[in-house]
Amino acid sequence: MLDYKKDRIAWLYLAIPLFLLIVFTFYPLVKTVLISLFTQYNSLTDDFGKFFDLMAYQHVLGDRFFLGALGNTMIIVFVSVPISTILAILIAVALNSIKPLQKVFQTIFFIPYVTNTLAIGMVFSVMFTHSSVQGLLPEGLVNTIFNLNLDWVGESAPFERWMFVVLLYNIWNALPFKILVFIGGLQSISKQYYDAAKIDAAPKNRVLTKITIPLLSPLISYIVITSFIGSFKTYESVLAVAAKPGKSLDFDRLTVVAYVYDKIDKIGMDEINFVSHYSKAAAAAVILFAIILIFTVVNLYVSKKRVHY
Amino acid sequence: MTAQQNIKIKADYKENKKLVAQKTASIVSKTGIYIFLIIMAFIVLVPFYWMLNVSFQSTEEVLNSTNMSLFPKEFSPQNYVSVFEYSSSQTGGINFMGYLTNTLIVAVFSTILGTLFSIFVAFALARLNFKGREIIFTALLATMMIPGEMMVISNFVTVSRLGWVNQDGVGSYLAMIVPFLVSIFHIYLLRQTFKQIPNELYYAAKVDGCGDFKYLWSVMVPMAQSSIITIVILKLMGTWNAYIWPNLVANEKYKLVTTWLRSSFTDPNAGADGRTLFNLQMAATVTVTVPLLLLFVFFRKYIMSGVSRSGVKG
Repeated sequence: MLDYKKDRIAWLYLAIPLFLLIVFTFYPLVKTVLISLFTQYNSLTDDFGKFFDLMAYQHVLGDRFFLGALGNTMIIVFVSVPISTILAILIAVALNSIKPLQKVFQTIFFIPYVTNTLAIGMVFSVMFTHSSVQGLLPEGLVNTIFNLNLDWVGESAPFERWMFVVLLYNIWNALPFKILVFIGGLQSISKQYYDAAKIDAAPKNRVLTKITIPLLSPLISYIVITSFIGSFKTYESVLAVAAKPGKSLDFDRLTVVAYVYDKIDKIGMDEINFVSHYSKAAAAAVILFAIILIFTVVNLYVSKKRVHY
Repeated sequence: MTAQQNIKIKADYKENKKLVAQKTASIVSKTGIYIFLIIMAFIVLVPFYWMLNVSFQSTEEVLNSTNMSLFPKEFSPQNYVSVFEYSSSQTGGINFMGYLTNTLIVAVFSTILGTLFSIFVAFALARLNFKGREIIFTALLATMMIPGEMMVISNFVTVSRLGWVNQDGVGSYLAMIVPFLVSIFHIYLLRQTFKQIPNELYYAAKVDGCGDFKYLWSVMVPMAQSSIITIVILKLMGTWNAYIWPNLVANEKYKLVTTWLRSSFTDPNAGADGRTLFNLQMAATVTVTVPLLLLFVFFRKYIMSGVSRSGVKG
């Protein structure tokens, strides 16, 4: 009797939040997988249709724009994560080894920490701006300083250039958080190790590779895993840098998440292959999830082998 | 003085040369470190400088020069007034104050309700014993790893079938608030804090005739104050930075400041496909960035503890 009453009180606390979680988190998870399999899904009537097959996956994986989006996402992940992690380690080690001005530099590196991804991305876009017709609009910072006449992020910009700016922005954006975590980690390493290295007159680079990096490795693995997951979901930074304000991204500049959102805006079936746009979006989301899962598992496996505690 | 004496004493040793070499090496490496840090700090600061620089340039300067200048030729703070008043036919006629009002409404409701729900669930999971507690907790933890994009498609269908999408009324607010009201990460964060509060306090309160609800409000909530402040700030920042979902579901008149930020800010005298007024665009980015920086200055401790545990902003 008492147990029953206690249970009821607990469920009172849980009722509304749990209801919301079921409607907007658990149920959609299952439903998204189902939508990706019922390829005639109608989003207006919420009718699944009677075709249950893998056509959506087949068409998504054969879709030039999806493959392009996947390629863009992969480049962003595999270039910006390693570079920003290595740079952050170097900056943190450098910051940790100086005394004067340390606080000033720390504050500077923390400033971009809490900023709006869209806002600063647009600043990057303005810094790299180029006027399609000379004199119509002013050239941006980069073209002015280096006396160039290149279109970096505009409509006629080639892949390497807009991708370069996107990567630069992603690295810039990722640095502060990583520096913060690494500095915390460095400060918790016991001074004894460094004193011992000093007595042995170990050279600086060996201290870095044999003491600092191994002792920092649990944090490095944590950072690599979380930023892999985060970078696979890149969308806003590309939108801010490589799309005109008020407009959406060009089809060859999509990322996987952008591809999903682009499909949500559409109604009904694809006229060419009669697969519902929503089924394709769902299939793309499931594929993204699978990729993230595989990379996280691989990362965890590698870090278990490599991380020195 | 002592340093010089030290050097003199050491100079008597055979290894004198080696020491000098080591000293120069250390000076060289220190200089290298400072140069590296200065270059990196410069790269970090350039976008902020550029944002301020362009935001203060006059419209005439932006439209009539071939290159942007490194410093405003004519300092024009009135850009900030023009940008607040800017509205185009595409935006349903609302200007910055309208977007700001929408953002505040969404922020207030989602922060208050979201934080309350997190407190309730965390309390039930941390303190109350009931059947199914472990199952619920495991289910929550498992979904924390799944990217939000998995839910977006179905949520959009749900919200539009409820008639909220693009609705000219409360529906737009509901569509922005309700789906993200309960955050599993915040529940997890609070549960960890609640767990650290010793059981003895709970039993002592029970002996004194204090009910569960009163215990939660007068003992647990004050003790978990800093975690709750962290959650409130993360919720506020989340609303302030939210773009994709609100932009997708809300009616033009109900969109948030991030949509305003991405307005085209074109030259009103040049018709539909006018030239972008970079000075207004940058004034808008400064307006959106400054509140975040202020929040960071005042609540740095809370923001850092929240973000470093989740690895995500907002």
